Parts: sequence; structure tokens; C-alpha cells
Amino acid sequence: MAKLRVLIACGTAIATATHVANSVKDTAREAGFDIETAQCKAAEIRGKIQTFSPHIIVATTPVPSDLGVPTFSGVPFLSGIGLDQLKEELINALKAAAG
Amino acid sequence: MGWTDESLIIPHLQAGSDAEAITTLGNLLYQKGYVRDTFVAAVLERERTFATGLPTPEIQVAIPHADVEHVIRPAIAIGVLDEPVKFGEMGDPDGTVNVRIVCMLAVTQSEALVSLLKNLVSLLQNPDILRRVVEADATEIAAIFNEQLSNLEEV
Repeated sequence: MAKLRVLIACGTAIATATHVANSVKDTAREAGFDIETAQCKAAEIRGKIQTFSPHIIVATTPVPSDLGVPTFSGVPFLSGIGLDQLKEELINALKAAAG
Repeated sequence: MGWTDESLIIPHLQAGSDAEAITTLGNLLYQKGYVRDTFVAAVLERERTFATGLPTPEIQVAIPHADVEHVIRPAIAIGVLDEPVKFGEMGDPDGTVNVRIVCMLAVTQSEALVSLLKNLVSLLQNPDILRRVVEADATEIAAIFNEQLSNLEEV
């Protein structure tokens, strides 16, 4: 099966996105998914959807609701609040994307 | 060496707003030569667009930062607010967080950044450590952060 692609978006595409990307990879690996991630700035999301074709987007910034890709807030990876629920939702979304 | 030292810590930061707290800490980083003169404006602009308040358990924090091009060498400046200040909530345009501890990150892209962020996030999610931080003086706060941030776990 081809790797599932997850796009990580944040304000500067460096500080928080790096940690969120690693956390998403860990979460996916624990659930048996091998994923590929890419990071971008929030303003670059639409362009990245064209070039990277992500199955899922995880953002630490508000994002438009009309992206056409399942989108989740990555803030629980930083705050710890709501983390278990987020992991469950991500795994469910990966399962759905994997068909 | 560590990510911070007592000269970058303000244990009783007085600020009436998030912008004031950011300006005070950012000027400190600038005076000590860690960031360029564009840093404070860049952090303020980023905070307006993408807030960094985190609704962590019990004691809430903010991690204002800017793009790497405004940073000369990496460091973290820390302010503990006697009176909490409202920051916007990360990821939620309508949310606000009453922040007690501001960790201003001046970071550059590097291998060390990955473990720094991992350690910082686990520190910020630990109310026991944050309770010590809000009661501590500058030397103690620097020691707590440097100890927690240098934890080398296998990645």
C-alpha cells in the first residue's frame, strides 16, 4: 500500500510543526500506519494540497473549512489537552483514507 | 551550556497585554545579541495572525516565536507574569488563554530543535514543574528549564 500523506501546517512551519509532525508520525506508527509528512506555512496550504495531495491535514493554526481534505487541530500535541481524542480521530481518519 | 540563562528570565514580569510581554522579552533577547532588530516586530505580527497561547493543564503558557531569519543564535527567554495576561489561543481564532508563563523561542532550524520541542512540550504539560517555575527566582527557573530541556531520550 502506498504511504498515506499528512500535511502539517503552522504559522512559521518550523517550531510547532516539527513537533506536531513527529507526534503524528508516532501516533500513526503505533496504529500500524507508515505515513509521509510535509510541513508548510498556513498561507501555503492550498498550494501544498495541489502538489502533495495530502490524505489528512493537521494544523496548529485556524484553517479554511473548504479545503476538501479532513483537517484536524494539532494543538493537543502541544497542550496535552484532548490528546487521546485527537489520536483516536487521526487513526480513524487514516483508516478511512487507507480504505 | 543550555537553552537559557538567568539573564534571559524575568520572574516577576509586569505586562498589561500580550504585546507588552512579548516586547519586553523580545527586547531582552535583542539586547543580549540573540536576535535581529526585526525580531520583536516579527513575533508581534505572528502572534496577531497565529496566536500561541496553549490551554495547558492548571498553569497556562504561551510560546511566541518568529521565523528563523530573525534569529542570530538560539535561546529561550522566559517571563513569569504575576498577573496573568490574555493571549489568543493557538488554533482557535475565538479562544483566549490566561497566560502565567511566557516562553519566547528564538530558534533556528537544526537537529537539536526536534528534541528541544519534545522536551519543552512535556515540560509545559507538567503542572508540577510549572508550579515550581512560578514560585522560583531567575537562577532556579533557568536551572529547571535547562535540566528539562537537555533530557536526551531516544527519538
